[in-house]
Amino acid sequence: MDINATLIGQMITFALFVWFTMKFVWPPLEKALVARQQKIAEGLAAAERGQKELEVSQKYAIQHIHEARAKAKETLEHAQKQAAAIIDQAKAEAQQERLQIVSLAHAEIEQERLMVKAQLQQEVVGLAIKSTEKLLNRVMTAADHNTLLNLDTHFSASTES
Amino acid sequence: MSENMGGAIDPSSYIQHHLQHWEWNTRVGTFNVDTLLISWLLGVSFLLLFRYVAKRATMNTPSGLQNFVEMIYEFVQTQVKESFHGRNALIAPLSLTIFVWIFLMNCMDLIPVDVIPMLGQYLGASHMKAVPTTDPNLTLGMSISVFFLIQFYSLKIKGIKGFLKEVTCKPFGPLFFPANIALKIVEELARPVSLGLRLFGNLYAGELIFILIAMCGYGQFVLGLPWAIFHILVIGIQSFIFMMLTIVYLSLAHEDH
Repeated sequence: MDINATLIGQMITFALFVWFTMKFVWPPLEKALVARQQKIAEGLAAAERGQKELEVSQKYAIQHIHEARAKAKETLEHAQKQAAAIIDQAKAEAQQERLQIVSLAHAEIEQERLMVKAQLQQEVVGLAIKSTEKLLNRVMTAADHNTLLNLDTHFSASTES
Repeated sequence: MSENMGGAIDPSSYIQHHLQHWEWNTRVGTFNVDTLLISWLLGVSFLLLFRYVAKRATMNTPSGLQNFVEMIYEFVQTQVKESFHGRNALIAPLSLTIFVWIFLMNCMDLIPVDVIPMLGQYLGASHMKAVPTTDPNLTLGMSISVFFLIQFYSLKIKGIKGFLKEVTCKPFGPLFFPANIALKIVEELARPVSLGLRLFGNLYAGELIFILIAMCGYGQFVLGLPWAIFHILVIGIQSFIFMMLTIVYLSLAHEDH
């Protein structure tokens, strides 16, 4: 172990090496690492921001769905009401028409009945006259007269029975 | 030691041979060429590799090599952040250089003890010490540089007045200033000495044991592996301690009482 001029040589070498590291090695490494740190921090911040935006838009979407549902329900109810109203109206109209038709038929029947009745009366009268003529060819008695007088009522009674 | 391979090994000359530096005598003084060369080679490879990665460093997903460099970078930065609370652009690069460079030089310890001396002989060197951190010239060179940095920042942060106040008035108060100054000198000088000698001592002892194991014939394979595995721990811990203590000392220098 002897100390010699190597000591000075090593001191100079050491100084040069440190100077080189300080000038050419450390700063670029530091720059790259700081830049990466910043990039990572930015990335994390962006991710967080995205998460928040997602949450907000999810809330917004859910709200929209709820609104649409409510609106659809409302529309359906409205349509159902309208349909019911239309049906009710149709029903009322049909009923009215029915009544009208029925009353019309009644009137027609009545009219026909009256017509038939009148025809029958005429026929009865004709028959009566014919039978009276036949009877007149015979002797007209008081009884005949009475009979003739009462014939109409009697006949009608007899036809009715 | 190739010349001894065939014949009987003389333990003392074998050990002596392995502990001898490849020296170059100049007018300025003697240089340990092996220490300088290997430390330069490792330091320059470290710097070039890190520079290569740093230049291509991307903020996007890093590749394998960049991941590795970033791992070391973040390890060093965490240590600096936890222990050093001032603002100084030098501390972190200094710590990185110390940690990686010392780690690489310590790693030379794991190369079988005869490989590099044999390579040295091809280069025409009669002696070659593989582990630069077993040379106190290197470890003390670094710790003395750190010592100068400590004094420089101590003066810079506290000012001449604050610096002198700290030297003369602590820990016993201004009345006992000679004792204070003496204590301060011992305290300050103990730091680089202990810092440099700790690293040197650990690695020197480790290397010596490797050399001893290498003389055990076939037994070296049984002994060498556990010692090498244990030594991996020492390599990491010693480089880490050197870095941590540098950070702590400089942090103390930055503290204004």
